[in-house]
Amino acid sequence: MINAVGRDIPEEVMAATGRDIFRGTYVNDNKEYTKAAPTVRAVCDPKRSKMVASIREAIEKCGLKDGSTVSFHHHFREGDYIVNMVMTEIHEMGLKDITVCASSLGKAHDAIVPFIEDGTITSIYSSGVRGKIGEAISNGKLKNIAVMYSHGGRVRAIEEGRIHIDAAFIGAPTADEYGNLRANGGKSNCGVLSYAYADAQYADKVVAITDTLVPFPNIPASISMVNVDYVCVVDEIGNPNKIATGAAKPTTDLRKLLMAQYCTDFVVAAPYYKDGFVYQTGVGGASIASTIYLAEKMRKDNIHMSLGLGGIATPMVRLMEEGLIGKLVDTQDFDLGAVESIQAHPDRHIEITGSEYANPMNKGAYVNKLDYVILAALEVDTHFNCNVITDSTGLITGAQGGHPDTAAGAKCTIVISPLVQGRSPAVCTDVTTVTTPGETVDVVITDYGIAVNPARPDLMEAAKNCGAPLYTIEELRDIAYSIVGEPRKIKFGEKVVGIVEARDGTIIDVVRQMQEYVFDD
Amino acid sequence: MIDESKKKRLRRSMLFLNCQKPSLIRDPYVYKPDSIMLDLEDAVAENQKDAARFSLYHALQEINYRGVERVVRINGIDTPHWQEDIRVCVAGGCDVIRIPKCTCANDVAIVEEAVYNAEKEFGKEEGSVLLMAALESCLGVINAFEICKSSERLIGVALSGGDYTKDLQTHITFTGIELAGARQQMIIAARAAGVQCFDTVFTNLDDMEGFEAETEMIKLMGFDGKSLVNPRQIPVVHKVFTPTKKEIITAEKIVREIDTKKALGIGVFTVDGKMIDIAFYDGAKRTLMLAKAAGVYEGDLV
Amino acid sequence: MELLHAASAGTMESSDALVTVSPAENGISLSITSPVIHQYGEQIKKVVLERLEALEVKNAEITVVDKGALDCTLKARVEGAVFRACDAADAGIPWGGAVK
Repeated sequence: MINAVGRDIPEEVMAATGRDIFRGTYVNDNKEYTKAAPTVRAVCDPKRSKMVASIREAIEKCGLKDGSTVSFHHHFREGDYIVNMVMTEIHEMGLKDITVCASSLGKAHDAIVPFIEDGTITSIYSSGVRGKIGEAISNGKLKNIAVMYSHGGRVRAIEEGRIHIDAAFIGAPTADEYGNLRANGGKSNCGVLSYAYADAQYADKVVAITDTLVPFPNIPASISMVNVDYVCVVDEIGNPNKIATGAAKPTTDLRKLLMAQYCTDFVVAAPYYKDGFVYQTGVGGASIASTIYLAEKMRKDNIHMSLGLGGIATPMVRLMEEGLIGKLVDTQDFDLGAVESIQAHPDRHIEITGSEYANPMNKGAYVNKLDYVILAALEVDTHFNCNVITDSTGLITGAQGGHPDTAAGAKCTIVISPLVQGRSPAVCTDVTTVTTPGETVDVVITDYGIAVNPARPDLMEAAKNCGAPLYTIEELRDIAYSIVGEPRKIKFGEKVVGIVEARDGTIIDVVRQMQEYVFDD
Repeated sequence: MIDESKKKRLRRSMLFLNCQKPSLIRDPYVYKPDSIMLDLEDAVAENQKDAARFSLYHALQEINYRGVERVVRINGIDTPHWQEDIRVCVAGGCDVIRIPKCTCANDVAIVEEAVYNAEKEFGKEEGSVLLMAALESCLGVINAFEICKSSERLIGVALSGGDYTKDLQTHITFTGIELAGARQQMIIAARAAGVQCFDTVFTNLDDMEGFEAETEMIKLMGFDGKSLVNPRQIPVVHKVFTPTKKEIITAEKIVREIDTKKALGIGVFTVDGKMIDIAFYDGAKRTLMLAKAAGVYEGDLV
Repeated sequence: MELLHAASAGTMESSDALVTVSPAENGISLSITSPVIHQYGEQIKKVVLERLEALEVKNAEITVVDKGALDCTLKARVEGAVFRACDAADAGIPWGGAVK
């Protein structure tokens, strides 16, 4: 069936995954539904301990069996040890057909690939996958179709009961023996535990894993003891150097600076640039540079941001400290500066849950209040659809993250990308994989110029005044093709190895098995 | 025939690029330099001179540089490479050849003859390729005037500070003291000969303030532009070379006054009540050209 | 042109290609790897074969390790490798003739 972004979704994939096709970003507005609920085992006896001696003991006490679903968060980023520790234990116990429901998976988890190959893990739900897991899925090694959801989409899936978690394994920088979990004060601080909150609330069993057990009460807690069944102490939950890295050096790459300048000038020229605006940006070189340029404008114009949202890095922290940003509302910390800030400024730098951030089916998430979001993309097409997960060989190599959530929520969604990278055109006729629907993308900024979605004529004036050459999206594509040539479509195999879930759980696109290229004759 | 408008075009910024690096030469025009200088000389290793020429040829033939002038720095006439360099430059159709280590008018004449022969060999119009001379030695600097007058094709001279200061038995100090004499000598020679003059590179990329100060100084000295090692330096140079609003208004008045009065056969010109000389005319035109290039003048006087 | 020995041109840097040619007996054998093989594999192949034909290279084994090079770079690398393999890369190149 053809969905709202023109992708043909095979009916057998709809049947196999029990999902409808994507019918539009806002079709569920006003929809009423009943949330799921976990099965809880009460702790009434004050003498009962929650401490377990090992991860093995925790798994056994959770009653995991073949076919169970386990969940993980990705706040430890590329420094995470939790997923590998738990999955190795599950593998050694001989369990099969396990579903891994992670907020995201990366190169840190290459070690679980053998468990995909031997049938320990047969389903994966994740924002995206990088490294060897991506290769395994793209090469058809996972038994069931992988599901890639957005950060908001994941919380929705859990709250709606589309995913039922049997046991959540929550890595916590600090924990007390009764399961109050904090993201700070330990050896491997990650600042916030936003994406683990839904797991703690909706999983039947919740296991806290820490390397720093602190005296009761470990409060204010990100995850409360009322949701935690077991506490397990291990030597190391992660590699601190990869969890909270040093602040990225501001880029000196003029191409990125050029795009940053265009972006900032557009933001300032657009109608939402006024005192109290709400803003989210990424941590790429161009994003950070545009934050720095924007700050110069804000100082000059005496305009303040009321709220900076999402993943936080040092440049946004500095603006808050300077008073240019009122509140930082945080779902993930990208560097040490952000981790330190959330401890230093509890009044202004606030941790929120994944649901508060981006869930499309609660009573209104923070993303809905965004004026601007600055995003990157591997590809944008002439319908403004974006691809953030598959590369030029068809390999799954990225994550949706909050891309579709913030794009859907923001009044003005700006996607920045160099027009050509290597020989890959960033603006093309049809993206390889749709992750973010074009109806939610307003402006594309490249090193060659800017294009505005024709659905947003109200932004044309700002685009004319931002100093960047103004093009239609088709013109940008034509420039790209005039440099690199018109690309052929990637040839995939027949087998569908993954689906890209829209925020509401419908199928926006499928990813097929990679195939070695064969020349024409 | 030499195209005078091509010869006298605006050259505020001339960005050095290594011919042997495809990632550098594929689209430098996004940074909007006035000219790029594709280097076959120092940036290219001795054993890659041949490969660099193939890259250069196809870049010149196939990449649309969108109006950015394409200068090629060939290898010195004391090397085994320069003659083939000239053949590829002419066949590929570059705009200007930059002669390194130029010491006297005869050096230009040697290159010019080879260019002429290559134009014949490849069926190009005579004068299709212009020349510029880099002065990199005390002898070159002292001979600046004869070099500036050496050829119809010559658009101007450029100082190469690194080699020059070695010859002078000193080094780059970033104060400008060691280059003061050469700069002064060269700009005077260039103006006397009616050609352009370009300043040397500024290599400390971490000192953008020092770079801006040096650019302001050479602009005040009369230079037309500067050789650049990094695209980050382009906007700074263009900013320095952008005339002020007041300068633009005055220039407009001068051009209009002189154009109208001359048409009427009147030889006395006044602007804002002050008598002005015909000698103001070229300067005023140049101000408007700079303003137009910087996007701050949209009139039709240039 | 008759290849005298193996030679290569180019690098493994982004936007470049490393092209290696060596003498062979029976016609042209070509191997291409590229991060954009799906999109541009046929184009890369076409450019390489056209260059060999223009240079009248009849027998050669050619390896192209592409790193996202544009056509102009691919051409330059093929020609560079071939002329080097013929010990003819330094002077007298037929610019605008066989090299086009």
